[in-house]
Amino acid sequence: MDTVRSHIMVCGGTGCVSSDSEKLITLFKEKLSSVGYEKEINVIRTGCFGFCGQGPIVKIHPDNVFYVQVKLDDVDEIIEEHIVKGRIVKRLLYEEPFYKRKVQSTSKMDFYKKQYRIALRNCGIINPEEIEEYIAYDGYEALGKALLEMSPVEITNILKDAGLRGRGGGGFPTGLKWEFTSKSPGDEKYIICNADEGDPGAFMDRSILEGDPHSVLEAMAIGGYATGANSGIVYIRAEYPLAIKRLNIAIEQARELGFLGKDIFASGFDFDISVKLGAGAFVCGEETALIHSVEGKRGEPTKKPPFPSESGYQGKPTTVNNVETFANVCPIILKGSEWFSSIGTETSKGTKVFALAGSVNNVGLVEVPMGTTLREIIYDIGGGIIGGKEFKAVQTGGPSGGVITTADLDTPIDYESLKNIGSMMGSGGMIIMDETSCMVNIAKFYLDFSQDESCGKCTPCRIGVKRMYEILERITKGEGELEDLEKLELLANMIKQSSLCGLGQTAPNPVLSTMKYFKEEYIEHVENHYCRAGECKDLLKYSIDPDKCIGCTACAKVCPVNCISGKAKEIHEIDKNECISCGACFDACKFDAVIKP
Amino acid sequence: MGKVNIVFNDMKLEVEEGTTILEAAKNIGVHIPTLCHLDLEGFGIVNQVASCRVCVVEVEGRETLVPSCAEKVYEGMVIHSDSIKAMSGRRMAVELLLSNHPKDCLSCAKNLECELQSLAQELGIRDIYWEGERLNYKKDTSTFSLIKDPNKCVMCRRCETMCNEVQTCNVLSAVNRGFESFVGPAFNMDMADSACTFCGQCVAVCPTAALTEMDNTGQVWNQLVNPKKHVVVQIAPAVRVAIGEMFGLEPGTLTTGKIVTALRKLGFDGVFDTNFGADLTIIEEATELIHRIKHNGTLPMLTSCCPAWVKFFEHQFPDLLDIPSTCKSPQIMFGTIAKTYYAKKQNINPENISVVSIMPCLAKKAEAKRPELTKDDESNVDIVITTREFGRMMKSAGIDFANLPDGEFDKIMGESTGASVIFGTTGGVIEAAVRTAYEWLTDEELEDVNFKQLRGLDGIREASVFIGETELKIGIAHGLGNARKLLEDIKAGKSKFHAIEIMACPGGCIGGGGQPYHHGDMEVLRKRQEALYIDDENKVRRKSHENKEIIQLYKEFIGEPYGEKAHELLHTHYVARQKI
Repeated sequence: MDTVRSHIMVCGGTGCVSSDSEKLITLFKEKLSSVGYEKEINVIRTGCFGFCGQGPIVKIHPDNVFYVQVKLDDVDEIIEEHIVKGRIVKRLLYEEPFYKRKVQSTSKMDFYKKQYRIALRNCGIINPEEIEEYIAYDGYEALGKALLEMSPVEITNILKDAGLRGRGGGGFPTGLKWEFTSKSPGDEKYIICNADEGDPGAFMDRSILEGDPHSVLEAMAIGGYATGANSGIVYIRAEYPLAIKRLNIAIEQARELGFLGKDIFASGFDFDISVKLGAGAFVCGEETALIHSVEGKRGEPTKKPPFPSESGYQGKPTTVNNVETFANVCPIILKGSEWFSSIGTETSKGTKVFALAGSVNNVGLVEVPMGTTLREIIYDIGGGIIGGKEFKAVQTGGPSGGVITTADLDTPIDYESLKNIGSMMGSGGMIIMDETSCMVNIAKFYLDFSQDESCGKCTPCRIGVKRMYEILERITKGEGELEDLEKLELLANMIKQSSLCGLGQTAPNPVLSTMKYFKEEYIEHVENHYCRAGECKDLLKYSIDPDKCIGCTACAKVCPVNCISGKAKEIHEIDKNECISCGACFDACKFDAVIKP
Repeated sequence: MGKVNIVFNDMKLEVEEGTTILEAAKNIGVHIPTLCHLDLEGFGIVNQVASCRVCVVEVEGRETLVPSCAEKVYEGMVIHSDSIKAMSGRRMAVELLLSNHPKDCLSCAKNLECELQSLAQELGIRDIYWEGERLNYKKDTSTFSLIKDPNKCVMCRRCETMCNEVQTCNVLSAVNRGFESFVGPAFNMDMADSACTFCGQCVAVCPTAALTEMDNTGQVWNQLVNPKKHVVVQIAPAVRVAIGEMFGLEPGTLTTGKIVTALRKLGFDGVFDTNFGADLTIIEEATELIHRIKHNGTLPMLTSCCPAWVKFFEHQFPDLLDIPSTCKSPQIMFGTIAKTYYAKKQNINPENISVVSIMPCLAKKAEAKRPELTKDDESNVDIVITTREFGRMMKSAGIDFANLPDGEFDKIMGESTGASVIFGTTGGVIEAAVRTAYEWLTDEELEDVNFKQLRGLDGIREASVFIGETELKIGIAHGLGNARKLLEDIKAGKSKFHAIEIMACPGGCIGGGGQPYHHGDMEVLRKRQEALYIDDENKVRRKSHENKEIIQLYKEFIGEPYGEKAHELLHTHYVARQKI
């Protein structure tokens, strides 16, 4: 047997794949063959490392060297320098944004230092397409323990004691959910994995399925045993082809080794999993809508009660859990409830994965203990705001959440604290905004998403959210009136009160929270037709600096609406009422005399 | 069921476990407005999608408002239906619906019959604070039976419940998402291209004018003012017990005589009864049944007078086309005879005869246009209007219907028996057929013509009738979902029946899609049914084969029942259609 002395681990997550990491793998292999190292150096496609903003990522093991933004042209140098000569390619190392120093290992990088990985434990470490690698990292041990040493009640109890709560947004205690289904009468039950991740910017579920699919399958089998279900269904959006592929490979491999199928571990327990593709509707993340979609019906919610634990898929008791929730189960079974409940806050135990995005230096997936403050996430892990700009707000909970401002940056995050400050945990999207973000526009963006994703079933969401969107559109065009702000608030509160499902009940949140914290921006838009962030294009008006203008007429010549007056060699002027803010004059002026708004 | 204690608007109450908040409120006389909710009590038809949010109430301890139509009471529940919060929620829902509504009430087909309009009136809505974009879809006028206007759809989904759960046609469902949503066939295809049977139950329950009948009254007026045309009219059995409702009469008031007078006032040249066609149908159908029994023909035989049912089996069971009777429906038989026998007797060129039908039904409009039911490209029935359209015609002519004197039908196609009048209710056709078949098979006079075992309103009924020694097993279904069950049995070779009667609409024609709106009050249907049986009771002749005019017709024109001429004039065939 050949001795492998080193591994080149290349990220095979969707982010890095879209920046050619698959080609990197091929190139690495070719290059290794050409230098005759193909037998002693392995090239491994791993799951997501989480540091997506720096992709494609290549990690050399066991040297613990972490290369970022690796291009195809860099392959030769990595092989020749690092692999052959043992010299680290410094220019490919990550540079800390604040201290501007190069860091070689993940353990020393601020991005990773404060993270605590439970759900993402194997992502970026194992090859997700090889079940043996999962097994090597304690894979399927929890299932064995559950089936052979524990009763279903012990499993629901350990989850309840651990304090695991749903990571999809609701935060409902998982153990309790499992207990409800297990106590529901019925000879046929189902357990469904909700992989219909729909928050704009959130992709932790995709990464887990791409990087560590077995962790979810194993947990589903445990859940099946605990609740009395022999069938599992993974409901995943068709936009996740890589995750679907790896999931199917994983299911096949698990079946081959007997971790799925009949009489698992000779325990007498049968369990199998099928994959159901969704068309990618946000509302199908709501569990009743999801179940209807799995049944082949229109994906729209029905009222609860009855809850799926009583009457779910095909009218049978059904448990629906999100991907990240499942990913937490096996470590709890193996390490115990005390270990898990020692992490986190009073009400929220364990960790939470956040998808850090927006105006932050380090973009990617971060998993932190509950109770970590936003400041730690944004400044320590996220490396602060891009370009040294000023932090303005962070949106958590996606379109269902709200903005959080500087005042609350030191709030330890958990389900309750986020709700108290007008936002929510949601599935973990975290979008950082700086001073160049217009808060009215942000609210409009999320509302546009919600009205687009509304299923159309109930009146408040179908028509109310649309009306809110129309009002915001008026305001961002400078056509709003002060009365519109009252209307917005009135509509928002009633929609929250009377919508049928969570989508409608939370859709107004981005508007309410931006109105709470940034009311003055709304008023500026309405009264002064002014957008301080300069994002609302319809409010932008150009002007001419009389000190710089030499009267060359270049601006007037290019103006498509002829709103620039002034004779040659005289100072020109823009008629602001006619200006359509196209910016042509700004580009045409050679004397920097046109002032951009 | 146990009892639970609740507090409703500060009143302490003890109510049955399992009742909804809405039911609990109703029981103590508290009115909570509703829109999408529909409970056809006694028929097992409930629309409980809780989508309109008009009936929301406040429940203490709950973060959001609760739809009273769908939420069941529980021990200790504290409910406020009259709090400002609940009322504002309700009001906002209605205002939002109105903001996306054309509001062309003055010229709307549902003016004064519209539940959204009533709701706006009830809540005293004067201003709508959130006007904005409105839906702007094209009306679907592709069918002969109904018009679908998505812009008036409030997404109550009642039509879907009728189409999918009750009728199992699965034609209607929500199309598009969010604000753009409305109910229609898949991919918003034309209704004419869908598997719609035109039963009109969607129209019967639509709270607005999103689904209405195709109005053909204009064509009738045109015929009436055309001096060249001899316009004859036939009136279906179920119309006479319902039309009075449009003129302030109690449901179930029998108005046959008034109808005749009104039709003469409107200017029809011949006023006739579809019951005549029904008696004729029985002669043919009873003969066919006896023929099938005696000659080992296909059994069970299914009735074929309901055109929605005919289209249903053509779409859903295209492999069972030999099961239904080949008899044309009473309406078409009437039209055929009017343009042949009647024309000859009256010495009028058939081309100058215009046959108008007044039917409780929307499918009859489409039936009249079926190519195989026309002769040499000429329709046997030219125009079909519904009970509602007939009512509108009378109103526009200023006819004081309730106070009209009684008139008599015209001769040679105006006589009818009690057997034909019960065609208008579920079970009636088969009872009429049995009355005739019994006497023909036994050559004995039937002592008691009332086959009460065939009556009632249960969705599927079965009964045995002994004809001499022979046991005739009879199945009855109304509602196409129930029909489907019987058809599945036949397909599986499990059916034990000799004859099955099927009516597409719940209750039969009395509950047809063209009848005055019942607005969810099923008592109306019961009273209509009762009136038909009373009409039957009061007839001198109660067996179709005793109809003198029918006897005359066979003697002078058709010859043998089920014979060659009868086949040419009175029988038809069916077409296999796609199940879309």
